[in-house]
Amino acid sequence: MFDQLSQRLEDAFRSLTGRGKLTEANIEEAMREVRRALLEADVNFKVARGFVEQVRARAVGQEVLRSLTPGQQVVKIVHEELVELLGGEAVPFRLSGAVPAVVMVVGLQGSGKTTFCGKLARHLRKRGKSPMLAAADTYRPAAQEQLATLGRGLDVPVHRGREGADPVGIATSALAEARESGADVVILDTAGRLHVDDEMMRELERIREATRPGEILLVLDSMTGQDAVNVATEFLGRLDFTGAVLTKLDGDTRGGAAVSLRAVTGKPIKFAGVGEKLDALEPFHPDRMASRILGMGDVLTLAEKAQEAVDADKAAKLEEKLRKQSFTLEDFQEQLTALKKMGPLDQLAGMIPGMSKLGQVAIDESALRRVEAIINSMTPQERRDPGVLDGSRRKRIARGSGSTVQDVNRLLKQFGSMKKMMKQVGKLGKRGKLPFASPF
Amino acid sequence: MKRAFTSLLRGLAKTRRAIEDGIESALGRGGGLDETALEEIEETLIAADVGVETSLHLVDSLRVRRDRGDAPDDAGTIASALADEVKKILEQAADGPPVDNGHPPHVIMVVGVNGVGKTTTIGKLAHRHVARGNRVVLAASDTFRAAAGEQLTVWAQRSGADLVGGHDGGDPASVAYDALDAAAARKADVLIVDTAGRLHTQKNLISEIEKIKRVLGKRMPGAPHEVLLVLDANTGQNAVAQAKLFDEALGVTGIVLAKLDGTARGGIVVAIARELGIPVRYVGLGENIEDLADFEPGPFADALVGAAGGESPANAA
Repeated sequence: MFDQLSQRLEDAFRSLTGRGKLTEANIEEAMREVRRALLEADVNFKVARGFVEQVRARAVGQEVLRSLTPGQQVVKIVHEELVELLGGEAVPFRLSGAVPAVVMVVGLQGSGKTTFCGKLARHLRKRGKSPMLAAADTYRPAAQEQLATLGRGLDVPVHRGREGADPVGIATSALAEARESGADVVILDTAGRLHVDDEMMRELERIREATRPGEILLVLDSMTGQDAVNVATEFLGRLDFTGAVLTKLDGDTRGGAAVSLRAVTGKPIKFAGVGEKLDALEPFHPDRMASRILGMGDVLTLAEKAQEAVDADKAAKLEEKLRKQSFTLEDFQEQLTALKKMGPLDQLAGMIPGMSKLGQVAIDESALRRVEAIINSMTPQERRDPGVLDGSRRKRIARGSGSTVQDVNRLLKQFGSMKKMMKQVGKLGKRGKLPFASPF
Repeated sequence: MKRAFTSLLRGLAKTRRAIEDGIESALGRGGGLDETALEEIEETLIAADVGVETSLHLVDSLRVRRDRGDAPDDAGTIASALADEVKKILEQAADGPPVDNGHPPHVIMVVGVNGVGKTTTIGKLAHRHVARGNRVVLAASDTFRAAAGEQLTVWAQRSGADLVGGHDGGDPASVAYDALDAAAARKADVLIVDTAGRLHTQKNLISEIEKIKRVLGKRMPGAPHEVLLVLDANTGQNAVAQAKLFDEALGVTGIVLAKLDGTARGGIVVAIARELGIPVRYVGLGENIEDLADFEPGPFADALVGAAGGESPANAA
C-alpha cells in the first residue's frame, strides 16, 4: 500500500529526459505524489497542502545536480524541508532550575501518558535525579495502581490520592511531599481527556496554576489521524505546553501526526516512545522522523544501534579474524549476543529501507535462540575447534541445548559453509577493507 | 438501557459539517463538478480519515455519474450520493451478528493495540449482556500491563460480571483456559477474554495471542466464537495495517470503533471495510458503561457524509 516516495518520484520524472531545470510543469506530477505520500502518512491535509507549496516554490528553477536524477533531487528537497519543519535538530530535555522541578504530563485517553511517566522517571534517575511520580488521574479505574506498580518496579516514590480525590489537591500535596522527602523532580501524571471537554481542560489549567510546572509535555499517539492538529491546537491554547512526546513509534505507523503537531504549534518534540518496556524511550530525531514519514527507512537509527551494540575494538579484531579465516563458533556466539542487544529483530527490520512492510518479513527469532543454545552447550575448546566434535560430544550438546543431534549437525554444516564463503570474500577483499568489516 | 446508535453518532456531527462545507466550497467556484471541485471533495474526505485510496474511490463514483450526465449538482445531493457509496461499502462488509452456537458459553476474545480502549469496551460489553439477563465471566488475560487486572476488576463490579484473574506476569493463555473452565462450570452464557494491548507488528506478542486463541479452541471446539478488534476512532491510516495483521493472525470477526467522541473522524472504518471486508460490530464512546451500541451502516454513512437536516441522526439527538 505504501510505495516508497522516492520510487514514485522517479516514476513521476521518467518522462523528463536530460537534466536541465525543474519547471512548474514538469514537477506537477511529482508534487501530487509528495502530497499523497504525506496524506497517506496522516499529515493533516491543510498542513500537507502548505508544505507542498513550500517545496514547489523551492524546487522550481533549481538546476538538477549532476549527481542526482530529478526524482532524487526532489526527494532531497522534500526531506530537507520536512526535517526543518520537524524542528531541525534534536532538542535535549532539560529541567528548569526550580526545586522540585515539576513536569506535567497531559494528553488524550490511551495516548500512553502513564507509561511515559514511568519512562521519564527512569530516564531522570539514570541522570542522577531523584524523581517522584504523582498520580493525578483519579478517573480511570486503577490508573493510580498502574503508576504505583511502575514506581515500585523502578524504586521511585509514588504520591497517590484517594479514588475520586481532587487532582489539583493531589498535585499540590505531591509537591509538598517532594520538598519534605528531598525529591528534586515531580512528574505529574494526569487523566486522559478530550481536548474539547471544557471542564476537564479547565482542571488542567487549575493544576498548572497550582504547581507552576517548568515543563508541560503533551503526549500524542503517533498513530493519530487528521484530528492531531485540533488536539495540538486546543492543548496549546489551554496550557501552552512546552514540548511534546510521540508514543508507539515502535509500530509501523508513518507518524505524520508529528508534522501536523509541529506545523500548528511550533513546539519541539522531545521524546519518542518506542516500546512498552520502561527503557524504550529515545530523544526525538527530526531527520529520522522525516525519513520515516516519506517511507525512506531509518538507516541512522539502525547504524546507531549497531554502533552501540558492537564496540570498535571487537569489530577490528573480528575483521582481522575474518581475514585470517580464524573465525570460530566462539566469535559467532559473540556476534549473536551483539545482534540481540540491538533489539527485537523484526523491529530492526522495520528500520531497513524497503523492509518497512513488516507484516511480510518473517524473522525467526526462535531459530536464532536455538542456535545460541547449541553453541552455549559447547565447551570453549569445542567452540574454537569444531573438529573435535565426535558423535558422543554431539549427543551431549544436543541434550544440553534441548535440541537434536540433527540440529547440531545442521548448525555445524552451516557454519562450515559460512567459513568457506568468508574465505572467498576474504580473497576478494585483500586489497582494501573487507566489504563487511562490521557484521551488520 | 443501552443508548441508541443514532445518539452515539452525534460525535460525527463536526466531521459531517466539515465535509458539507468542503462540498459547498468546491461548488462555490461555479465550475460545477469539475476536476478541481472533485479534488477538493477528495480532500475533505481525507480529512475525515477515510484514507487516500478510499477517498479517490468515492470521488470516482461522482466522476462516473458526472460523465454519464447525471451529475449531482447541489451540495445536498452530492453528500447523499457519497453517503450511498459509503453505505454500500459498509454493507458489503457486514455479515450480521454471530449466530448463537447453542452451547454456551459464547466466547468473545477482545484484541487491539495499546490504549485503544479494550478494557473499557469489555466493561460495556459485559454490561450489555448482563442487562439481557446473561451470566457473564471476564477473563483477565492482560497479565502484562501494570494494574490491568485491577482495572478489569472495577469493570466487572460495575457490570455485575464474574472475574477470573491471573497474576502479573502470568501466562495469559492459561488464564483464558482457566476462565473458560470456570465459565463452563458456572454455566455462564458469555465469556469475554481481555488481552494485553500489543502492536500488530510485534511478532512474538502476536504469537502469544494466537496461542490464547488456540488454547480456547482446545478447551471448547469452536471457541472463540468472536474475535473483536478494538480500534481507536482517532487513529489514522495505521488502523488499516492493524486490522490487516490482526485479521491474518486471528481471523477478526468484527471491529469495535471506540472513542467516537466529539472530534473523532472514524472514517477509517470505511477504508477497512473496503480494503479488508471486515464488518464493524459496535461503536463506543466515553467512559460511561451505557455508551456502546450496535453498528448500523446506513445511519453511520449518513452521519459521516450525509446531507444535513431531515432524517439526519446528528440532529435527532
